[in-house]
Amino acid sequence: MAGCGDVSMKDLAIVGAGPAGMAAAVAASGAGLSVVLIDSAQRLGGQYFRHPPEGFHARRPGALHHGFARFTRLSDALGPGSGVEVRLAHRVWAVEKVAGEAGDGAVAVHCLVGARDERRETVLARRLLVATGAHDRSLPFPGWDLPGVFTAGGAQALLKGDLVVAGRTVVVAGTGPFLLPVAAGLAAAGARVAGVFEANGRFGLAPAVLAHPGKLAEAAGYGYRLARHGVPYIGGHAVIAAHGQGELTHVTVARLDRHWDPGPGRTIECDALAVGYGFVPQIELATQLGCATRAARDGTPVVAVDDGMRTSVPGVYAAGEPTGVGGAELAEVEGWIAGRAAAADLGGTVRPAPGLPRKRARLSAFGRALQDAYPVRDGWKGWLRDDTPVCRCEEVPYARIKEARVLGAVDARSLKLLARPGMGWCQGRVCGYAVSCLAGEDQQAPRRPIAQPVRLGDLAGDPPGEDPR
Amino acid sequence: MTTSQHPERPRPAAGDPLHGEAERSGVTQPPHAGHVVRARPEPGFEISVDGRPATAVPGQTLGAVLYANGIRSWRTTRIGGRPRGLFCGIGVCFDCLVTVNGEASLRACQTEALPGDEVTTG
Amino acid sequence: MTDVVVVGAGVVGAACAYFAARAGLSVTVVDRGPVAAGTTGSGEGNILVSDKEPGPELELALLSNRLWRELACLGGFDFEPKGGLVVAETTEILDALATLADGQAGRGVEHTLVAEEELPGYEPHLTRDVAGGVFYPQDAQVQPMLAAARLVQHGPGATLRTGTTVTGFLREGDRVTGVRTDKGDIPAGAVVNASGTWGGELAALAGLDLPILPRRGFILVTEPISGRLGVPLIRHKVYTAAYVTDVASDSAGLSTSAVVEGTPAGTVLIGASRERVGFDRTVSIPVLETLARQAVRLFPVLAARRVIRTYCGFRPYCPDHLPVIGADPRAPGLYHACGHEGAGIGLAPATGHLIAGQLTGAAPEMDLSPFRPERFAA
Repeated sequence: MAGCGDVSMKDLAIVGAGPAGMAAAVAASGAGLSVVLIDSAQRLGGQYFRHPPEGFHARRPGALHHGFARFTRLSDALGPGSGVEVRLAHRVWAVEKVAGEAGDGAVAVHCLVGARDERRETVLARRLLVATGAHDRSLPFPGWDLPGVFTAGGAQALLKGDLVVAGRTVVVAGTGPFLLPVAAGLAAAGARVAGVFEANGRFGLAPAVLAHPGKLAEAAGYGYRLARHGVPYIGGHAVIAAHGQGELTHVTVARLDRHWDPGPGRTIECDALAVGYGFVPQIELATQLGCATRAARDGTPVVAVDDGMRTSVPGVYAAGEPTGVGGAELAEVEGWIAGRAAAADLGGTVRPAPGLPRKRARLSAFGRALQDAYPVRDGWKGWLRDDTPVCRCEEVPYARIKEARVLGAVDARSLKLLARPGMGWCQGRVCGYAVSCLAGEDQQAPRRPIAQPVRLGDLAGDPPGEDPR
Repeated sequence: MTTSQHPERPRPAAGDPLHGEAERSGVTQPPHAGHVVRARPEPGFEISVDGRPATAVPGQTLGAVLYANGIRSWRTTRIGGRPRGLFCGIGVCFDCLVTVNGEASLRACQTEALPGDEVTTG
Repeated sequence: MTDVVVVGAGVVGAACAYFAARAGLSVTVVDRGPVAAGTTGSGEGNILVSDKEPGPELELALLSNRLWRELACLGGFDFEPKGGLVVAETTEILDALATLADGQAGRGVEHTLVAEEELPGYEPHLTRDVAGGVFYPQDAQVQPMLAAARLVQHGPGATLRTGTTVTGFLREGDRVTGVRTDKGDIPAGAVVNASGTWGGELAALAGLDLPILPRRGFILVTEPISGRLGVPLIRHKVYTAAYVTDVASDSAGLSTSAVVEGTPAGTVLIGASRERVGFDRTVSIPVLETLARQAVRLFPVLAARRVIRTYCGFRPYCPDHLPVIGADPRAPGLYHACGHEGAGIGLAPATGHLIAGQLTGAAPEMDLSPFRPERFAA
């Protein structure tokens, strides 16, 4: 095996140091497991708790977050003395089952370490938790590849992680409650937010929110902050085109009917657009191992788990967005459950905590309500023009997708084979949802045997270390 | 385009690392959010972008440094020659690939800027 | 009633449909999946004469090579007549290569012996650690999925029915008179089994034994790489002499030999592994590591380039490593065109052309007896 930096076997490897992974690490190490927590980023927290680097000496690092105290608690619990080995700047490109000690199965987590002169390292563990979060779900539209157009999460990451605001005048668009903290954060940071355009109704989630006092307070907080900055929040509208020569200068906003077919548009000048249509869970590490998936409420493939967050593959757990998009609070609860289940499965002593499953059930129900309230409607396909890039990496215009359908492509895979959407750098992470929709097919679980680009020299590398096989 | 500042915030002094080369002509620089988290950033350092200086705060990603310095795209696509910069911001989309010190295909949003970095766009 | 039902919309089925339709027959192509979704969709698109020893497969490859050049004018599938470069690690291997090339030349294969010092002129980034090579100008490449789709599209009047699974055959006595599918019966004058790796399963539906088995292969795909001044980093299909022996190998275990080539999309494809593991798609990291190691040894410049994806496919092979082509005397009306192992793209046009000839009673252009379907009967 190439580049075994450490061939010692841990009890539990956790991939993803967001709310789920951090909570699981605390729970499992507290129950006596040896734990390694792996993340590609330079800092703990994942996307939700992304925060600025030390170099900023932020006195209020949580000012752009909701519930940053939870991160601080988890982070403190993972400090020196916790026994958790934290490995940051480790990008996992593959996971595989290997023979463990005494015939027990184990998992090899293949990593690339370092941002530039990366090297291979393999982490071995008896159990694996996939807590890899989610990324924005994107829809293509004319001009969406112009510099200045961000995913909603991208604008948020730039702000929370680097304290850089996406633009002076920003339009926020898409669907789902995530648009609100994005807009509120940008406004607080000094951007003029020209509007938040929610493609569904503004109050779609109202019934579910009313049943969750915490969520109600959170929503009210965003509402107040948007109002204070004079940011209009407009339902039933979408950005259907972005314009500019070489970079974004304005967008076309249109009223949508209930199918999302647009009415006449109007132009709004802006130098940045933050747009997101929900989230796609990152489940490719689980599917590399053959974990069974199921379709979530909105059709998104998610990892199927039992009440201990165990997947269909023995020894492999999943928590957080990969088991169904539901937000940071649910992810954290699932992390607690997964860490405790892994400990119990390895013979550790775990005190009962009946509150966790109840909380998970309640928050999952909220997640499902969210997906019901903020669906993606088919009308977006009508925003496309023949020259609109559907796949950004391979620059596949919509016309070529239509041509491939005429040639006999009837699903996303054959569209990819004939027209190349999803064949490029991002492996269909960005365009995969849209391509499935255009193929008229249900979303399929991803097959990405190589989850991160690997230099051929690293893949070839004649390795020190023993081969655990 | 470079003149209007948010009224709630004082105009940054020259050399403010949060603003990079604040008065670089002809570029639009976005506001920064340091005031929200009450940042007291360490002294910035310089990197070069096609031979021109840009200022970074220790720990910032290259993507953020470029963007904060008013540079919104740093590569062109191989088929259509379209400009590309940040999009997903979290290492998923690979739009922000950048060449640093001759090393190509690094994700700007995932790569921390280091003093003396030489970025080549194109 | 349609004249011919072709079962399988891979490149071989597409070629059968194209040539049959061009011969004036009405053709329906059925596939349980979309077009080119099986082995064709996992291939590199090789059109090789270089890797075949003199014999029936080479004759087929030469006929196919001529036909591909004619088909190229249909356009739309990136036909690249770029040539293949076979390199030898040692002077002994180089001698063996030269002898092979000599024998091939007698059958009409063009080649040029390339001395060690001439290799950089062919491939500037090739390792200097090779003894020499042979250049084969007739080797070419297509984008195989598009090639299959375009052939069906250009077959005059050919109908494509995807998502249609053949569940059995219509019979009149021994005679095959069409297919049963999950979407209804399709009566036909003749049925062509172009089901590739699954050709044995289809034959079994007619009660026939056809020993076709899968041989798994992985391919690594790099990031798009552009060379200087638009010249691709790797100009030809480049492979080591070991590939020739691996292709013909009977080993059940893993064999790998470096095959490296660029594509018009800018990616570099790296093969080729061969394993007999059934239809198991589980990714084997040691196989990927071996492929990478061999590619970097051949092209050291690739060490700094990134692999962005990998995929595997299943080559359909017969015990004697020859395809099955022609009418099946055990079931009149049934024709086979499958079992082409890793050479299906290259051999497809000749296969389609010869099948169409049989269907229309034309005089055969070459001796088909080495490919006859009943040759495996004990």
